[in-house]
Amino acid sequence: MAQTFEEISPADFFYRNRDIAGFTNPARAIFTAIRELVENSLDAAEQILIPPDVYVRLISEGETSRGNEIYRLRVEDNGSGIPSRYIPSAFGQVLFGSKYKLKQTRGTFGLGGTMAILYGQITTHKPAKVISSTGGSKIFKYTLMIDIQRNRPIILERKILLNREGWRGTIVEFSLEGDYMRAMPKILEYFKQTAVMNPYANITFVDPRGRLYMFRRATTEMPPPPKETKPHPYGVDVELLQRIIYITDCNNMVDFLKKHFHRVGENIARKFLKFANMDEGKNPKELSHEEIVHLARAMKRFPDFLPPDASCLSPLGKELLRTGILKELKPEFVAVCQRKPSTYAGHPFIVEVAIAYGGEIPRKGDFVLYRFANRIPLLYDEASDVSFKVIHSINWRRYGVSPDMPIAILVHICSTKVPYKTVGKEFIADRPEVKREILNGIREVARQLQRFLSKRAYVERQKRRLNIFAKYLPKIAEFSTKLAGKERPPDIKKLLRSVEKFGEEI
Amino acid sequence: MWKNLERKSKISASERRKEVLTSLQNLGYRLYEQMEKGYFPQIEMPSRSIENIYYSPELRQYVLGERKVRRSARNIRHIRPFTQLVWAAYFAYELTSQRKTSTLRDVYYSAQAYGMSFKDQPESNSIITDLETVIGFSREDFNIFPEERSAVFGDLTIEYTVPGYEGKRLNLTSHPDGVMIGPALTSAEFVKTSADKVIAIEKGGLFTRFIEERVHEKFNAILVLTAGQAPRATRHFIHRLNKELDLPVYIFTDGDPWGMHIAMVIISGSANAAHLRELTTPDAKWSGVWATDIVNYKLPTDPLTEIDIKRLYELQRDPRYKDELWQREIKTFLKIRRKAEQEAFSRYGLTYIVDEYLPAKLEESS
Repeated sequence: MAQTFEEISPADFFYRNRDIAGFTNPARAIFTAIRELVENSLDAAEQILIPPDVYVRLISEGETSRGNEIYRLRVEDNGSGIPSRYIPSAFGQVLFGSKYKLKQTRGTFGLGGTMAILYGQITTHKPAKVISSTGGSKIFKYTLMIDIQRNRPIILERKILLNREGWRGTIVEFSLEGDYMRAMPKILEYFKQTAVMNPYANITFVDPRGRLYMFRRATTEMPPPPKETKPHPYGVDVELLQRIIYITDCNNMVDFLKKHFHRVGENIARKFLKFANMDEGKNPKELSHEEIVHLARAMKRFPDFLPPDASCLSPLGKELLRTGILKELKPEFVAVCQRKPSTYAGHPFIVEVAIAYGGEIPRKGDFVLYRFANRIPLLYDEASDVSFKVIHSINWRRYGVSPDMPIAILVHICSTKVPYKTVGKEFIADRPEVKREILNGIREVARQLQRFLSKRAYVERQKRRLNIFAKYLPKIAEFSTKLAGKERPPDIKKLLRSVEKFGEEI
Repeated sequence: MWKNLERKSKISASERRKEVLTSLQNLGYRLYEQMEKGYFPQIEMPSRSIENIYYSPELRQYVLGERKVRRSARNIRHIRPFTQLVWAAYFAYELTSQRKTSTLRDVYYSAQAYGMSFKDQPESNSIITDLETVIGFSREDFNIFPEERSAVFGDLTIEYTVPGYEGKRLNLTSHPDGVMIGPALTSAEFVKTSADKVIAIEKGGLFTRFIEERVHEKFNAILVLTAGQAPRATRHFIHRLNKELDLPVYIFTDGDPWGMHIAMVIISGSANAAHLRELTTPDAKWSGVWATDIVNYKLPTDPLTEIDIKRLYELQRDPRYKDELWQREIKTFLKIRRKAEQEAFSRYGLTYIVDEYLPAKLEESS
């Protein structure tokens, strides 16, 4: 089994299993391609602490014989840029790159845009263009294809331009088959929710109909970048172990454990190897499949690993979350809450929750739910998501809230390993630990909403009260004056003033 | 046998108008003073809730008990009806002082001219009833009249007090259809009459027959058409005929529980009007058609319906029906299970009711 797997290149593997990566159908494919590249661009800018400027353009290039359209997708950013020598691999080789599984990043598959480019190549047989500069004196321009069997980039053309303007960033452009018209609602929703989650980013999208969608930043404040971190041994499975072994340059088990795992030092590594009954000097590359399985099981059982810390996580933070929601939803009220770091199965995670009321939030007979995992909007399979279930398990009447109110609830889970339920990675499984944090988070913001609503209701009641008095008292005065045959009406200002103070007595 | 009533009645109608105006003014004055002193104005009036309505054997009508309700402009739930009430008082004052008349329907629309609004007709009706309760006069006294009209015929000379007709006199035999008991007649003074009794009739057909058969002359009577359940203006008119002219009143209705009750409301009033006086004529007599008449005169009949029977049982328990006559008739109805209309006498010929039945009944009831 392991032998068979090794014979297929990762590129070939993903080509054969492209459903997993989100390229199920032409509509889904175009959505996923845009998303992958945009997330890469946002990451690239955040890495160097620059508020991202992302420009996305989609142009129609005509129809395929199967009736789908061919599009040219171009994504530009002002991010870090990619050093010239890495460009071919970064875009022409699947599973390339240090970002793979070392910290919380956006790319859901660690594939970056490569999968998108691969999909484009499969459907259109056209090469991709990548232009990038790290801000030095040169701009590098590559025309690439992927050798699917061997998982290698094929460089068709390489140009070096002078970077007179000091430009820094990356431009990726390639063709792919898709169905924009069907994907459009999800794509626009994706941009909107991305704008909520990245209030410090400028995002521009020109769609094939020539429409321009602009999401302007509302702040230049950015969340602190996540610290690089290693996987915690409690959360490691066989597949992950295999991948780490694939990239490691350690040749003994103690170094291997120390180097690749979170909160594992010399001492603990040795203790663990003893516990697992494994030779300290063994070269990890020589572990058999059975030994890897044994190692993974032992890691879960060993009692003395230190608990993971959450410094590797990068939640958005309450203020930015509030800013993002205010910017895109323009609600009358918003409450945000960030839960304390927690863990499930050895993976640290943080839940952020927000609730917003009124403004541009539609009334649709149910709450509008925005789900994010590691700052990526999750747009599919809402009803299967743990947040959806939590929301519908709450007795909202306790909070004076009903589903026909214009209410949006936002749930953001950040974790080094988001507990997706399926390989499609579109919804979060109901892990009890995660569920509890979401529930408590929602309860907290719901209480704040309740206070807002009841205060608003009180103020409105008072206003209505005052209006009623202001409407009727002068009339009583007027008719009484006429009846009594008096010249001038009685002074009712004092009475009106007193109404503001009185409750509903008598 | 002419009665000269000129002096007595003149005082009554115009005095009454003055009293109404004064009590409306006083209401305005009280409210004005309260506000001027920095208080929220409030009005106290007898409660009209069912628990506060009692039958008074002395007055022989329903009256309101001791319980009071207080309407305060400070109370958010009161202020709207409070304002409507004050407006209604002002509107009533204008009507009465300018001698204009209005109807309940008209009140509902007139409110809008003053920037007031009623959500529906029942709301405005109820405010007018409040005003009656507060000042102790019926709405006809402040010139708000019902839509329903009834009529009167007979030798009674009246003198109008309405603008344009002041001092003008009319004999109520002038028109063979009778004269409508409208605002003008209600506010008219009684000048003189040769009649010695009043006969109130439920139905228009019989009223016309009585006029044709010159019942007013033969029996020396003023004929009043109640046109079904007598409107309050008509009840007040009958009350005046009885009180001001000392005329006994005889009431003829259909022989069924509904006819009985038409007579009873003229005699003892209704619970709805417990806050008012001078609408009842306790000495008036119900002269027919009785259940015993149905038997004695062998009248053509219809069977009593379920609803008729249910109504009879209600009336049996009603304090206004405690007298022997009423109880006897109710029992008889329940026994024979039949009812008869006034027209049933026509089986004996057109004039039988006037020639035979009427004299016998007048004899019997007086």
